[in-house]
Amino acid sequence: MSAKEDEGLATQYLTFTLRDEDFAIEIAKVREVLDVSNLTRIPRMPDYLSGVINLRGNVVPVMDLGRKLGMHPIERTKNTCIMIVEVEVEGTVVEMGALTDSVQMVLDLLAGDIEGVPKMGTNLDTKFLKGMGHQDDKILILLDIDRVMASEGKAVLRGERLDVVAENISAAGGEEGEPAAGVSA
Amino acid sequence: MVDAEYAEVFREEAAELLEELETSLLALEQAPEELKLVGRVFRAMHTIKGSSAMFGFDDIAGFTHHVETVLDKVRDGTVPVTNQLIDLTLASRDYIKALLEAAVGGGEAVDASRGEGIIESLKVLVSASEGAEPGDGGEVATTPAPAAAGDRQATAGPAVSASLSHYRIRFTPGPEFYDAGGDPAQLIEELGKLGKCSVYDHCHDAVTGEPCDQTWDILLTTDAGIDAVKDVFIFVENVSEVKVWRLAEDVQKEGYGEHKRLGEILIERGDVTAADVEQVLSQQKLLGEMLVDAKLVKRSQVESALQEQRIVNQKATVKAAGSIRVASEKLDKLINLVGELVVTQARLSQINSSHDFAELLEPVEEVERLTAELRDCALNIRMLPIGTTFGKFSRLVRDLSADLGKEIDMVTEGADTELDKTVIEKLGDPLVHLIRNAIDHGIESPEERQRTGKPRRGQIRMAAAHSGANVVISVTDDGKGLDCEVIKAKAVARGIFKAGAELSDTEIFNAIFAPGFSTADKVTSVSGRGVGMDVVKSAIDELKGTVEVNSRKGEGTTVNITLPLTLAIIDGLLVRAGTTHFVLPLAQVEECVELTQDDIARFHGRRVLPVREQLVPYVRLREFFEITGERPQLEQMVVVHTKGERVGLVLDDVIGGHQTVIKSLGWIYRNAPGLSGSTILGSGEVALIIDVMRMVQYARSEELAFVEAGGRRGPGPTVH
Repeated sequence: MSAKEDEGLATQYLTFTLRDEDFAIEIAKVREVLDVSNLTRIPRMPDYLSGVINLRGNVVPVMDLGRKLGMHPIERTKNTCIMIVEVEVEGTVVEMGALTDSVQMVLDLLAGDIEGVPKMGTNLDTKFLKGMGHQDDKILILLDIDRVMASEGKAVLRGERLDVVAENISAAGGEEGEPAAGVSA
Repeated sequence: MVDAEYAEVFREEAAELLEELETSLLALEQAPEELKLVGRVFRAMHTIKGSSAMFGFDDIAGFTHHVETVLDKVRDGTVPVTNQLIDLTLASRDYIKALLEAAVGGGEAVDASRGEGIIESLKVLVSASEGAEPGDGGEVATTPAPAAAGDRQATAGPAVSASLSHYRIRFTPGPEFYDAGGDPAQLIEELGKLGKCSVYDHCHDAVTGEPCDQTWDILLTTDAGIDAVKDVFIFVENVSEVKVWRLAEDVQKEGYGEHKRLGEILIERGDVTAADVEQVLSQQKLLGEMLVDAKLVKRSQVESALQEQRIVNQKATVKAAGSIRVASEKLDKLINLVGELVVTQARLSQINSSHDFAELLEPVEEVERLTAELRDCALNIRMLPIGTTFGKFSRLVRDLSADLGKEIDMVTEGADTELDKTVIEKLGDPLVHLIRNAIDHGIESPEERQRTGKPRRGQIRMAAAHSGANVVISVTDDGKGLDCEVIKAKAVARGIFKAGAELSDTEIFNAIFAPGFSTADKVTSVSGRGVGMDVVKSAIDELKGTVEVNSRKGEGTTVNITLPLTLAIIDGLLVRAGTTHFVLPLAQVEECVELTQDDIARFHGRRVLPVREQLVPYVRLREFFEITGERPQLEQMVVVHTKGERVGLVLDDVIGGHQTVIKSLGWIYRNAPGLSGSTILGSGEVALIIDVMRMVQYARSEELAFVEAGGRRGPGPTVH
């Protein structure tokens, strides 16, 4: 932004929020940002899978990024958005939707603005992170969206409510915490 | 070397031809008298030769040439169709395939001695049947007989291999030639040793029949260089006129590139001048006729030039197929577009029905009709008869049974049953597994069969037939059948079943689809390693199909594979439960009935309802798919059939028929229970396609788990 010339190449990021925390992913991964409409739920799937939408004739799966990261379910407000991202799954690029509380802005980050993830203290599974960015006095969490979206099960990011996370995992597959109707055949 | 793109074209074409060759050969084995089949075999081999030469695969062309020579003799009846001949030709086909894979498919290099061995055996076979006739060619009918037309064509030739060239030789002996005791026949015989040659003599005037200047035109196809050709005439050079032309590179490759016109050939030969040709051409008659009439050339010269033109054009005439080759991505794109069109058309109809514009009614209906027609056409393009793969299996049966010392006939039915191209491609492996199993485990040795009072020869029957929106493919053998007890014991040992469980035969047979399951006592090269049936199962699952085994001990085994006709568009019944729309495959729907509160009360909440005097169990979509909200007072029940049973699906509302363009739910939802895909409705909403069979299975095993757990039901409201 201010001194990009002398600090190397700037990469553009799209910032978004999950509750009150700021996250960012590389803008190259983002196809478009949509309002939430006509989300069709797919029954009997883990709660972090919100369903599918019709994106100009293509059926695109949507994930609740809050639940996927083990944080909180995304509540529908007028700011709720679906980011359509292109991620690589098993060698092919697929389109997927990520449900977020709000999408903020496009931001240039220089290599110098990005720090590695501290080994401890963040309560984060570093596997899903690309680094931490500074924007003015705020901290941005840079997500590795490929890994987050392509991972099976929940990508538990935050440990502050470990009890809740554990509960969610044990109830994976069941909606609203009811016992999973598993088939043991 | 060869342009990769052309190589690919060649590889595809050759693969098809090899398949055709195999099928025809196997058919020929059954009916050795059928001349049409010999013709098919010959044509396939000939086309392979032609195109391999054209694309510069000289080793393939060279080898194929030998086989073709033999087949030519079969065609004219000199060599009879024997098992040995079929064996050798099949071996040749395999060898060509290996060469082809080595050249373009990235396969391993091929041992050339294998090919030589085949050629040797073929030669032995030919000379044995030709008996008194001269060895393996090389003899040229040389006496210039005074035939009425003045021409005599003799075609023969020894092995022509490697890079073939065509030469045109014009030989006009002078008087000294004869004085020195020269004999043109000898020279031509010499040439015949170099390669395949066609001889034309222009010794007799075509019109008067009187002898005139002696001239021979010889078209020679050989791998020898031009020097070797000239060497033949080395001793007569100064007493006669000898001209040798090497036909241009493109001509040599049998008709690749532009074809020379007759006039050009004659001018090149010096028979006429360009001006002569132009002048004659202006008279607008057949060029050959005109030249002869103008006495510029003799008829025989024209004939000879025409023959040259024919050789050059050969490729073009051989390849007169009624089909075109299209990249499958293009087809996929077409299908996608048609899918979009179907969705848009549904939307148009929906909008029109809600607005009721009288003027629009007709065009909208027309669009609907056209769209449906276009859809059927587009889908039909992708359909191939399954018979294209049957040939492969006949060969497999033939070879494997010989290896294992068994005598087995392969019978196929319904070869013209059409299936989606992708389905056919993915079906190959599972069918191979099934056939291998049938040969190795199913059918007994001839001795054992005789002991048990069966005919010596076993039979494998492969049949394909339509059944509603499905195709059923069955593989049946009349072998020893599956032994329930043995399978059960093995399955219990492997922990698939609990010991002492009450099991139906079908359930027991299905255990063979478990990974690693094998009842074979010893591992053979063919099967018994326990990788097979589970591969079959997973391949068929991927195609949204089902596999079933039926067997009677001592009588044989039948494996039935049921597959959807297409993976792209189906006729569906659109229904609703809560706010979610679902599509049921219309082919599985039998009828719709109402489910009232009284009905529910009458059966105390047990999920059954009598329909046409038969109790039909039902699954409530709201419960299965965890749809919240109040159930309507009057529910609808759609009776569907799956695997020969009738099951009811209870839902809120039946909306109507729906052209369903199947969209995958993506990798995330690939395991969604009871769903096989999704589709987009006219409103833009996504509806879910129900996989009826799997949903019913799922519901059944859930109920079983519920009963075993002592009646604690997880989801779903309790019914009063």
